[in-house]
Amino acid sequence: MEHPTHDKREIKIRGVPAAPGIVIGSVYVFRKHDPTVQVRTITPGQVNGEIDRFLHAVERSKKELRKIFEYAEKKLGPEQSQIFEAQLMILDDPTLVDAIRHRLKKEHKNVEVLIQEEFAKYHQLVFASKDEYARERANDLDDVRNRILRNLEEEKLVSRIEGSRIIVSPNLAAADALIFSRNDVLAYVTEVGGATSHMALLARALKIPAVVGAHQVASLVQPEDTIIVDGHNGLVVLHPTPETIRHFEKRRAQYHSFEETLSGLRDLPAETLDGHRVHLAANVELEQELDFIAVQGADGIGLYRSESLLLGREVFPTEDEQYEQYRLISEAVFPRQAIIRTFDIGGDKFMAAADRESNPFLGWRGIRVMLDKPRVFLDQLRAILRASTLKNLAIMFPMVTSIKEVQLGKQLIAQAKDDLRAREIPFDDGIKLGVMIEVPAAAIIADHLAREVSFLSIGTNDLIQYLLAVDRGNDVVSDLFQEFHPAVIRFLRRIIERGKQEHVWVGMCGEMAGDPLATMLLLGLGLDEFSVVPTVLPEIKKIIRSVHFTEARHVAERVLTMQSEDEIKAFLKHLMKLKFPEIPIG
Amino acid sequence: MIEREVTIRNRAGLHTRPAAAIVKLAAKYKAEFWIEKDGTQINGKSIIGVMTLAAEQGSKLLLRFEGLDEADFATAMTELFEGGFGEPA
Repeated sequence: MEHPTHDKREIKIRGVPAAPGIVIGSVYVFRKHDPTVQVRTITPGQVNGEIDRFLHAVERSKKELRKIFEYAEKKLGPEQSQIFEAQLMILDDPTLVDAIRHRLKKEHKNVEVLIQEEFAKYHQLVFASKDEYARERANDLDDVRNRILRNLEEEKLVSRIEGSRIIVSPNLAAADALIFSRNDVLAYVTEVGGATSHMALLARALKIPAVVGAHQVASLVQPEDTIIVDGHNGLVVLHPTPETIRHFEKRRAQYHSFEETLSGLRDLPAETLDGHRVHLAANVELEQELDFIAVQGADGIGLYRSESLLLGREVFPTEDEQYEQYRLISEAVFPRQAIIRTFDIGGDKFMAAADRESNPFLGWRGIRVMLDKPRVFLDQLRAILRASTLKNLAIMFPMVTSIKEVQLGKQLIAQAKDDLRAREIPFDDGIKLGVMIEVPAAAIIADHLAREVSFLSIGTNDLIQYLLAVDRGNDVVSDLFQEFHPAVIRFLRRIIERGKQEHVWVGMCGEMAGDPLATMLLLGLGLDEFSVVPTVLPEIKKIIRSVHFTEARHVAERVLTMQSEDEIKAFLKHLMKLKFPEIPIG
Repeated sequence: MIEREVTIRNRAGLHTRPAAAIVKLAAKYKAEFWIEKDGTQINGKSIIGVMTLAAEQGSKLLLRFEGLDEADFATAMTELFEGGFGEPA
């Protein structure tokens, strides 16, 4: 690997724009330690600091477990909740605490390594008995170990960042991006990744500028370097000259004033000049976004990614933990609707390393996983139902490919309802169900699916990948991921037509819904609902409010005659430049 | 010092739940408490110790109590073991 010299020439790196905004700031280089836990040597002077870190992590773990234990005791009874009590006792166990303290003083290794080693020892002892419950005991020990390590990790990262920084990293998983508190991060820059990778989606949701696919950036910067990040254009400037800095400061000011004019639209409906009204809702992943979507003037939540509840966890959250979250969401958007998508995860989360799928995209994911894990699915369905008493929640299944899947899912919903009735817990019996159309097969039988459900929501992120055979996270081919490919447009038209045929509304929660370039086209194709990342909501609303529906229809008709995405994009860009010169188009 | 020999009666043996029950009970008493199995001795007030004892149904354990309240302690703990921790045999 080349090492940067002390040459301070200005370097411009072109990456992929991931989240808009311009930032000038100081760098923090983040490299995730590998799963085997990084070994560090501790000087005698650092020993007390390490002990403190350990004790703090233990305290935080105890707090978390106490909460969980309280719920479990209330809802599941003393029997079931004893596991958590046991885990709390492990955290209090003098064997553990004394061992760590003692070894820290003697061995000068960092606390993560010592924890790994101690727990590995217990693990071995537990497995010495070959009984079937050995696994369960080992799991409990592992859970505690992971919880301590997780709390240690958070603390380490937060305490290392002084002031607000631009996080530069070779690769940043969404879960890691979340570890940095919002107050610390000015922008994210990564070396790999495409514009619709999870990391990018997260940055937009948090309204933090980001550039991905900026090759080699992590090896070219030094910690604390000042750099410029232009999230609109995917540009990163290292060692900027004073002139360059002035230029970007000007552009940053322009962008802020544009943002301000948009805030006036908050309470106005998403309605065209000739009275055609659509729903303009928000895609939500995190609790922190709930306040923000109200500020942005959303018509509710068109997609709540429930798998965000699984981030950084070893086990599924309980029905009760989930209920709390869904309830929060229901109350936050009331009287508007929130659509909760059931867990959309890859099978690789559950498989042993040996069984990992060679092609997870075409493998065990989405609703397939949940149908294979009915107990977990039922927990989630009951939690959603319990939270639905305000009658503003809806359920959505991800990655559906057949009627059979929908019917099985409906059976489970019926079972969940029966369970709750037996427990005398109220719920919204009329709760609506929809499916995501993100697999080509589903698009083609959208009319059949529409007969089984109340709405369809188009997931363009995955639909386009399957349709064009392109992996959105693979930056070698990420340019081939084209929203405006004629095949995509045709598919969209058909899906919307088929939905309308069966009198269900058709929405879109994929990134395309939030692309200003696509708004007129989607309007004209007859899309009923746009569910977008909250940051872009005002822009989309502005566009919708500034056009006539008849105009939009005309745009759609024109686009449908075109044979290349270049032609389509050029046409739309030209239109946008004329009508909305102040909206930056990538 | 009091010693008591006990047998693990419940089918699942000394898994997490009984381990928690043992340690919880032991915390109520001041005396020291040791559990010995096949020559290995662990502190009965340490849940990690008890969990790693790996005692299956049928195994015999030696309980040792040393302290002011050892008599009551021994009685209560022996009862807990002999009752199979309230779990099926």
